[in-house]
Amino acid sequence: MRKFLILLVALGFAGTALAADVGLVKVAKGSVQIQRGANKIPATVGTGLQQADVVITGADGSAGITFTDNSLVSVGPNSVFSIDKYSFDTTTHAGEFEGNLKQGRLAAVSGKMVKQSPDSMKIRTPSAIMGVRGTEFVVQVDDTKKN
Amino acid sequence: MVRHLWVVAAAFIAAGCACAPVTPALFAVVPAADGHIGRIVVTPNGGEPKLIDTKYGAERIRADGKVENVTLTETEVQATFGTVMDALPGRPATYTLYFLEGKDELTPESKVELDRVFADLRHRPLPDIAVIGHTDTRGGLEYNDTLSRARAERMREMLVGLGIPEERIMVAGRGKRELLVPTEDNVSEARNRRVEINVR
Repeated sequence: MRKFLILLVALGFAGTALAADVGLVKVAKGSVQIQRGANKIPATVGTGLQQADVVITGADGSAGITFTDNSLVSVGPNSVFSIDKYSFDTTTHAGEFEGNLKQGRLAAVSGKMVKQSPDSMKIRTPSAIMGVRGTEFVVQVDDTKKN
Repeated sequence: MVRHLWVVAAAFIAAGCACAPVTPALFAVVPAADGHIGRIVVTPNGGEPKLIDTKYGAERIRADGKVENVTLTETEVQATFGTVMDALPGRPATYTLYFLEGKDELTPESKVELDRVFADLRHRPLPDIAVIGHTDTRGGLEYNDTLSRARAERMREMLVGLGIPEERIMVAGRGKRELLVPTEDNVSEARNRRVEINVR
């Protein structure tokens, strides 16, 4: 019984520390970095993501992320993807997800918030905005340097 | 007034074609593993929203600003998006396993099913797991709360035995509060003696 109580306390602390995390890196291949404010953090499996983070992959990089509403997003090589807005209420399933693919390729599977209210998830690109009504889709933004 | 509106509309059309160079983009719907076809709405900057709801249906925005609605082939989608689609994490899944009456021991059928759950979990590098234990309505509230948690704890031990870090597994017991098959109180019902394993 004591062991059980101690474990609960430990989980409680972990929960507090991770409260700001909106997603978790589940797949990281090659060069994957997170730009958070002025800092660049190398991303590995298990790295937590927060609102306003930017995921940047190199020529050999790709990354897969699960978000707290069960939506999944992956980015391919040479990609820049920012989490402009993210909120999700686990009780009501209301939320808002605005991602921004500045460059590269993205695949995504929508989660609980889109099931609850269509169009709560949006992906911006430099030339258009996409509303997601579910469930699986892909987006490519050409590298502007090639134009 | 009407004439004025026409002029405005014409000006918009002219701007749409006059083609300030834009960053090209491609949006496409891909079928889910179960064949479900989704829906997206693409709105080019300064343009009209367009619903796309067909298999590999796509909208392409060209560098000259022109917008095309096309249907891609599976081969084209694989060629362009294969790498990025491979990086998608495993889909969330829910498994239900059943227990012997009054015990925290799985039924023989569920012991077999457990191998399938383990096989799934091996493919998830960093799973988030919630194990929720349940009981049938036989016995009192407190007895069933304890039993349901024992079932969830037992399942956690098995998952830890598989090599999953303990801190990735949340356990809870719901007692007889959340019946899969609604029954009167004090009814033995095999389908209610279960754990749900939610994996992400």
